Amino acid sequence: MADTNGKGTSVKFMLDGKEVEALDGETIWQVARRQGIDIPHLCYSPEPGYRADGNCRACMVEIEGERVLAASCIRKPSEGMKVRATSDRAKTAQQMVFELLVADQPERTTSHDPQSKFWSWADRMGIGVGRFPEREKMPAPDRSHVAMAVNLDACIQCNLCVRACREVQVNDVIGMAGRGHNEKIVFDFDDPMGQSTCVACGECVQACPTGALMPATLVDAKNVRTEFPDREVNSVCPYCGVGCQLTYHIKNDKLLYVTGRNGPANENRLCVKGRFGFDYISNPQRLTKPLVRKDGVAKAADDLVDPSNPFTHFREATWEEAMERAASGLKKIRDRDGPRALAGFGSAKGSNEEAYLFQKLVRTGFGSNNVDHCTRLCHASSVAALLEGVGSAAVTATFNECKNSDFIIVIGANPTENHPVAATFFKQAAKRGAKLVVMDPRGQALKRHAWKMMQFKNGADVAMLNAMLNVIIGEKLYDQQYVQTYVEGFDQIAENVKDFTPEEMEPICGIPADTLREVARGFARAESAIIFWGMGVSQHTHGTDNARCLIALSLICGQVGRPGTGLHPLRGQNNVQGASDAGLIPMFFPDYKSVENPEIRAKYEKAWGKKLDPKRGKTVVEIMDAVHADEIKGMYIMGENPAMSDPDLNHARGALAHLEHLVVQDIFVTETCSYADVILPASAWPEKDGTVTNTNRQVQMGRKALPLPGDSRQDLWIIQDLAQRLGEKWNYKHVSEVYTEMANLMPALDNISWERVEREDHVTYPSDAPDKPGRDVVFDKGFPRPNGMAKLVAAKLLPPNETPDHEYPFILTTGRQLEHWHTGSMTRRATVLDALEPSAIAAVSRGTLVKLGLKPGDMLRVTTRRGEVELASRQDDGIPDGVIFIPFAYVEAAANILTNPALDPFGKIPEFKFCAAKVEAAKPRMEAAE
Amino acid sequence: MSITEQLSPKTPTTGGAGRRRPPRTPKGRQVDPQALIEIRALLTDRSRRRDLLIEHLHLIQDQYGYLSAPHLAALAAEMKMALAEVYEVATFYAHFDVVKEGELPPPPVTVRVCDSLSCAMAGAEKLMKELSSKLGREVRVVHAPCMGACDRAPVCAVGHVQTFKATPDTVAMAVKAKPHAHAWTPGADFAAYQKAGGYALLRACITDKRTRDELIKIVSDSGLRGLGGAGFPTGRKWSLVRAEPAPRMFAVNADEGEPGTFKDRYYLERDPHRFIEGVLISAWVVEAKDTYIYIRDEYPELRLMLLDEIEKVEEAGLSQHTKLHLRRGAGAYICGEESAMIESIEGKRGLPRHRPPYVAQVGLFGRPTLEQNVETMFWIRDIIEKGAEWATSQGRHERKGFRSFSVSGRVKNPGVKLAPAGITMRELIDEFCGGMQDGHVFKAYLPGGPSGGILPASMADIPLDFGTLEKYGCFVGSHAVVILSDKDDIKAAALNLMKFFEDESCGQCTPCRVGTEKAARLMAKGPWDVKLLEELSTAMRDASICGLGQAAPNPLLCVLKYFPDELSKPLGTW
Repeated sequence: MADTNGKGTSVKFMLDGKEVEALDGETIWQVARRQGIDIPHLCYSPEPGYRADGNCRACMVEIEGERVLAASCIRKPSEGMKVRATSDRAKTAQQMVFELLVADQPERTTSHDPQSKFWSWADRMGIGVGRFPEREKMPAPDRSHVAMAVNLDACIQCNLCVRACREVQVNDVIGMAGRGHNEKIVFDFDDPMGQSTCVACGECVQACPTGALMPATLVDAKNVRTEFPDREVNSVCPYCGVGCQLTYHIKNDKLLYVTGRNGPANENRLCVKGRFGFDYISNPQRLTKPLVRKDGVAKAADDLVDPSNPFTHFREATWEEAMERAASGLKKIRDRDGPRALAGFGSAKGSNEEAYLFQKLVRTGFGSNNVDHCTRLCHASSVAALLEGVGSAAVTATFNECKNSDFIIVIGANPTENHPVAATFFKQAAKRGAKLVVMDPRGQALKRHAWKMMQFKNGADVAMLNAMLNVIIGEKLYDQQYVQTYVEGFDQIAENVKDFTPEEMEPICGIPADTLREVARGFARAESAIIFWGMGVSQHTHGTDNARCLIALSLICGQVGRPGTGLHPLRGQNNVQGASDAGLIPMFFPDYKSVENPEIRAKYEKAWGKKLDPKRGKTVVEIMDAVHADEIKGMYIMGENPAMSDPDLNHARGALAHLEHLVVQDIFVTETCSYADVILPASAWPEKDGTVTNTNRQVQMGRKALPLPGDSRQDLWIIQDLAQRLGEKWNYKHVSEVYTEMANLMPALDNISWERVEREDHVTYPSDAPDKPGRDVVFDKGFPRPNGMAKLVAAKLLPPNETPDHEYPFILTTGRQLEHWHTGSMTRRATVLDALEPSAIAAVSRGTLVKLGLKPGDMLRVTTRRGEVELASRQDDGIPDGVIFIPFAYVEAAANILTNPALDPFGKIPEFKFCAAKVEAAKPRMEAAE
Repeated sequence: MSITEQLSPKTPTTGGAGRRRPPRTPKGRQVDPQALIEIRALLTDRSRRRDLLIEHLHLIQDQYGYLSAPHLAALAAEMKMALAEVYEVATFYAHFDVVKEGELPPPPVTVRVCDSLSCAMAGAEKLMKELSSKLGREVRVVHAPCMGACDRAPVCAVGHVQTFKATPDTVAMAVKAKPHAHAWTPGADFAAYQKAGGYALLRACITDKRTRDELIKIVSDSGLRGLGGAGFPTGRKWSLVRAEPAPRMFAVNADEGEPGTFKDRYYLERDPHRFIEGVLISAWVVEAKDTYIYIRDEYPELRLMLLDEIEKVEEAGLSQHTKLHLRRGAGAYICGEESAMIESIEGKRGLPRHRPPYVAQVGLFGRPTLEQNVETMFWIRDIIEKGAEWATSQGRHERKGFRSFSVSGRVKNPGVKLAPAGITMRELIDEFCGGMQDGHVFKAYLPGGPSGGILPASMADIPLDFGTLEKYGCFVGSHAVVILSDKDDIKAAALNLMKFFEDESCGQCTPCRVGTEKAARLMAKGPWDVKLLEELSTAMRDASICGLGQAAPNPLLCVLKYFPDELSKPLGTW
């Protein structure tokens, strides 16, 4: 219950003749509920984030001495007040409210949700048919949205959906228009929901007490709910790094719908993917049998297999045959060419236990450190900079800490699309009055909530950030005491930024000098400032430098280690934090322990009973290069899709095709599977148990909710079986055994046992004791580095690797969309998500379209030095002229055919965010059709 | 078949996708660049703060005659607001016409026919019908609530310029003349008012020749009460607000909208500076940082006049202690409710707030706020200059003070009557209104507009004042008196009043939103279900959030209680 944390004085009052106590902030309704008196309520939701609005008047109570009744949901008692919740007068009013509302409802028998909260209360109060005439105009159903059924004839104007949309999720789509009995819930300008700015987070559906808003999957053709779950399972979302807790509602072992749970990161909220994006698991293309490559079918870079019909290239096999073939191919190479001729890509989509076992398999079974995963493609540079600067790769504060911030920087991130639930907290903070600064070359939805939108020139991060450092140091706004106590390298930074005056940087970064000053001063002087960044910062050849600048900003102003302050790279995948922590990276054992440190290695050799490779392994892009160079010949890829996610796909696909032996473990025939020798059908997230660690360092429990389809198997079983066939003597009987082994090797997981996560659903690391919650904010007393000092590293101005020129005059930048996850292998097979974003687009400005003589939606051809794609244009006012943005989820026009594989020297991350491109109108080529 | 597929026969599609065309723009309505240029041209360098939304909507409505969806979307973008936030405000207020893509804009001229009780009794319904056929398609004829000229009923507004004692011919002539509102010429302008000793008191205050405590005492002793209708003692209110932490705000309610009430208009027309001086003195007393005057859109001439006169006051340096803001209503009775008015000043829909907290504690922009009615402010100077005694020496039937009755209906001489507090209705009619109109027999009266209930002529000897009528289920409120005769059907009058509440309910709470609608429908069909209407009335009174819903059943209950004989009669008309 809200506000009952014992602060302030408590209030004693009489409730139905009994003396009761309201703790600070409690309303009469809340006290009554604690007392077991269930006062009817419709417009009030006791869920977190919902302000009491007191409008439905179902919860009226009588207060002695007051002329009229009071709404108990919103009224706070005062000392000695005499309240009657069950008096005749109160009950009469409560019942009349229901009778009035029932009059305008559809008949009970044809009501949209006969089990809605509204009808449940009406039943309990004995209200059936009302005595009042029904209203004249009945609103028509709105089925324009693929995910949600809107039936406003059941609406009681309780306003919960408005609060859901405006105050909880801050998506601001739903409003209450009109007046009086013509009052009406509207989307934007009373537009059909499906044509509105609705982002389909579904918060309104979860809040609606009447069935006026429901998931479309629950209703029949007459918009009447026919589907009801027979069981529920609590788990966590498989998509982004936010790590929203959720509940699966299941009927006959089929997933009916999903609701948000009160997890530490999401507080019940979900986004369109987490709520409506789950039916990929039962897509007809789901792999249910092991496949082996048909004899004599060659691999070619441009030969992608049709996931609906892989039998052109593959045939079904038994598990025995498939596993034997998978293992023997790898073994042959290992024994012939040595351990370093093998490599493995694990996945940030799997559990911690899978990540741990996968890297253990590569390190012990294969025998090298050639293990990596897509963290390399998202935040490797951030990790490098953080490890170097503050001695830890994880966030210093949860994103929810923005509740305590008065100054928030979001740079190089588009959280309303990529971390939608985290974005809701940023927007709420801005509404509360925190100064939100958005720094991004693209305009974005967060812009509307921003105090300053700094739409800087693509790739000019260092110029902009160093100019801010210049102001802060030049004007002595930094925290001198903090710098003295906790920071080394300040003088070098001060020296380095001397020349980066705002005036000098203004033409380079495109932000007026005055704005640079104003924002720099605001940040330095803020009580508590926090910085969030995304891949707009990291995916550059100067990605590590970008992050270094942010670290410097934060540290010299002492904006770390206190509530509301910190450095938070918004991690992408649901378990990219956990997978990295678990050692799914080539230079580190679990817990970021260097593989090249003999002492550490000895510890792991002892634990694993195996000699380990003393040399760090290769990273994602380096592995692809090594394949071309015939250094690496066999690969095991689990749940990754490098044939879509790597830069310069022609090169990457060529590498995959060039492999002598490739084993892919996945739930679909991904593009990567096209080059496989063996495809192993694995488990989807709702089909397995395991922990995941989100961007907030929260270790959360994912639970098996559904049976595995067909002959598919648990990933853990597959990894273990492969290990055994490669000679390892593993015998894990349960996922918890893997967790426990892993946790014993990882000090970060001290005090966080499997049983504890199972019991509490989530634990934040570090945790100081088994019975103490983990720490949301770390580094309050220094850093895990020598002397506890953080280290600043100066960043020089470097241009992007490939800048626009006469031939390739556009800047191409890539990223994601709200509806599609990563390479689209899951989301493009989810009905709702696919319907919302069905095919490839390139977002361009109006100016660009005019220049090309095109209308929005017309086809474009985009060419870079590496390849060419054709795709539909989307007119997007957030995109500057001369820039083109392509989401990389679409195989039919894969953005990564175009991207530049140039790497950041420290993080080895490719420059996905910047390359030179040519953009033209794509004319139908008649000859091509012939 | 897309080009891509033609070009890449070897590229399979994922999940059966890639075959349908993707959206051409990001989700939802995009901002039209031309509309944005127009909106920027209209707003010029005005602040984009969201509390100015209603003001900005007026600019568009005035310029274009309606609010087009592209303009609204552009305005939303310009003000960094959500589309829905703009739309819900635009559709809440009656004076805005939202026109979506593909819809026809309204005709260039709108004639609003007042159908509130006094005008209905004077034949508004018939007039409306005649106007609809006479004026043709180029003119939109709509009904509208009270325009504050009930003594000159029936009233029509062409645009927002009113025609009094309207006939189809006079309205047609007005339509032809295409009237625009011009600033009202006040009875006494700034110079005349100053010359006659005006603003001397204010100057004495702001130069600290008077003390705040002294003023509060005089006003308290005078018994001055809130004349907007609530009757809260003014001196006490000042003390309460002063006790709250600074910065404090001051909101002046010039949203006179209770049907039958036109006294504020009367005083503003005649002597606006007496009002402004009262405002500035009050602001000085509570040390209000900002003062907002919220004036209803039905009085455009007065608003323009106040703009001019306030400018003169500012130029004379008389308002340096508080920043004066004039805000324009947009056609919503509920905004006369003090907290709804605050919401409206903040640029939002006029939804009354829950109390507690009271506006004196948490009011405009979350700050402690003094809120006062026009007439209350009008008397401040006189009371302080002439002393508390001057006020308390007046009154009748043991009541003290004086009241401005807005009288309309079947009397010979309707109008604003400054009469002793406590006067009875019979005395008011006989002494101040020249008696009943010829051929009309006094049958019933509304002592305080629709909210105040209806009393029969047999109860016309009760002293009229705050607190005297409550035991009869009535109150004097804003002292809007409507006199009904034997020619008027009481049930029809009650239905007219209920329909008014139905139209003007903000819609926030169930008992009022649904209750007024159901009550009106039950009342429109006979015979009345007395039990159900009584039950409904009880719930509306007990469970509505604000005074509108709580008082809406008053006339209905009065009919049930005081006019039982009428119940069996068929519903009458005018």
